[in-house]
Amino acid sequence: MLYRESGQFKTSYPADQAIFPIRQDRIALSLLLIAAFIVVPLVADEYWLGSILTPLLVLSLAAIGLNILTGYAGQLSLGTAGFMAVGAFAAYNLNLRLPELPLIVDFLLAGVCAAAVGMVFGLPSLRIKGFYLAVATLAAQFFIEWVFTHVGWFTNYSSSGVISAPPMTVFGLSVDTAVEKYLLTLVMVAVLALAAKNMVRSRIGRSWMAVRDRDVSAEVIGIPLLKTKLSAFGISSFYCGVAGALWTYCYLGTVEPAAFDLARSFQVLFMIIIGGVGSILGSFLGAGFIVLLPILLNNIAAMIGHGTLQADTMANLEHIIFGGLIIFFLIVEPHGLARLWQIAKEKLRLWPFPY
Amino acid sequence: MSGSSHSKVIGDVILKCDNISLSFGGVRALTNISIDVREHEVLAIIGPNGAGKSSMLNVINGVYHPQQGTVTYRGETRRAMKPHETAQHGIARTFQNIALFKGMSVLDNIMTGRYTKMKRNFLWQALYVGPNLKEEIEHREVCERVIDFLQIENIRKTPVGRLPYGLQKRVELGRALAAEPQLLLLDEPMAGMNVEEKEDMCRFILDVNDEFGTTIVLIEHDMGVVMAISDRVAVLDYGKKIADGPPEEVRANKDVIDAYLGVAH
Repeated sequence: MLYRESGQFKTSYPADQAIFPIRQDRIALSLLLIAAFIVVPLVADEYWLGSILTPLLVLSLAAIGLNILTGYAGQLSLGTAGFMAVGAFAAYNLNLRLPELPLIVDFLLAGVCAAAVGMVFGLPSLRIKGFYLAVATLAAQFFIEWVFTHVGWFTNYSSSGVISAPPMTVFGLSVDTAVEKYLLTLVMVAVLALAAKNMVRSRIGRSWMAVRDRDVSAEVIGIPLLKTKLSAFGISSFYCGVAGALWTYCYLGTVEPAAFDLARSFQVLFMIIIGGVGSILGSFLGAGFIVLLPILLNNIAAMIGHGTLQADTMANLEHIIFGGLIIFFLIVEPHGLARLWQIAKEKLRLWPFPY
Repeated sequence: MSGSSHSKVIGDVILKCDNISLSFGGVRALTNISIDVREHEVLAIIGPNGAGKSSMLNVINGVYHPQQGTVTYRGETRRAMKPHETAQHGIARTFQNIALFKGMSVLDNIMTGRYTKMKRNFLWQALYVGPNLKEEIEHREVCERVIDFLQIENIRKTPVGRLPYGLQKRVELGRALAAEPQLLLLDEPMAGMNVEEKEDMCRFILDVNDEFGTTIVLIEHDMGVVMAISDRVAVLDYGKKIADGPPEEVRANKDVIDAYLGVAH
């Protein structure tokens, strides 16, 4: 099927402002959603659902969160994992101390807690920019990790400093198998991704991008800088917080503060750099690249290298190829996979008569 | 052609700058400057480089806060007001070196100009449909009128970074116009343009002034343009005002000729 928009005339502003104005996009997305909601749970086995797809979705959500802050509002942050940790521990404590609250409310309130913490650590952003702000958010990362390790109240004085997710029920249905956890994650991620897409194409998204591109003229237009930056920190941290809660409840089950260390922050940052800074789609593509590619390389290595090379050489080769591919993609398109996809779409619109 | 060729009524003073002094460390950018701006007029501020023209605009819209003096806008006197507050009071501006949002499309840039007029909170925006969509469409219609006015319909979805310089200047004017300002500050709107682009820009400025009654303060170096479109000219030199009056009078002023215009040899 050709990717064409010719013949699809928009006769009203609502039609022109639609989230997916091109019919082929709508069809593709519907197919993708059907696949994710119906086909995957039927086909995929426990390993794929529980160990690959669920964490992939959760990390996509965290990447969306970071993309709102770094990609759209232009505030570089290394505190992503810290805000995820706030969400995880907040969800655990809400569940523990207010058991009457439904689980989804726990998740959302956990996001709100993370948003509050994110806004506090976002305050320096009014004065400092770029790499210096990244260092300031690094403080958030270390501080939050330290608090959850050293203040016993947050882990309910567990001797090992570990929290375990209790059995989950959503609307009276118990969620304990890999399929159910996958579906719960998928619903949360789909809804929040849609909300993020809507925000970035509305007034608040435009104000974030205005602050990112030219803060002086943004302010002259009437956009209050502090409020806009804090809203970006808050909403971004909300997403990270919900991601952290899902990471604990739907993926790991048992979690310690070290699961949300600086390496995790960097992992999410790499996802948006490779996927596309300032793109919701890019958050998913980047998460897919970082999570799936090592597994793919591993499988290829196992197929062709079995018996010919030693296991440790194989493992090193995988890392080398993975690193090489990252560099390759960054050179080919510094704006990420989402930009590559956009260029492909623009070319396809004119294909096969580009002139 | 003189600026008063079209019939319009110049009203009362809407902006009054009293004894403004501004310095950066030891550098005195503005010294005791008083400028009045009357409603519906086109006021040109001219002067050599470094005379303090842009600083004056920055004082008016709150980017700089003067050490001395007051700014009275619509009867309200203020010492220090943030730029986003002056925007809410109906002052818009463009910049000397284009300050568009490079990563956004022309339409989004112009829609950003509507920021202060839009009210729905982020939860409605996350939902998008319903009241938020209604609001987006309402403001889209205003922006489309601006796009239509500036004749940039064909590039509305183009990222501004890809546009040529002249069009970027026009989009920047569009972004300021989208805010429906009462006072429009233009910092060298015609710098670096060719003759045809300058003529277009002059036409737009006069049309804005005529059709919407917008008061305009502009900085410009092209004396032909200044003489043609302004109702009044103020001349700055080394942070001091050396002349203020109708274009013909200012052109004949001895001080202005010495400081800025020079003599034809």
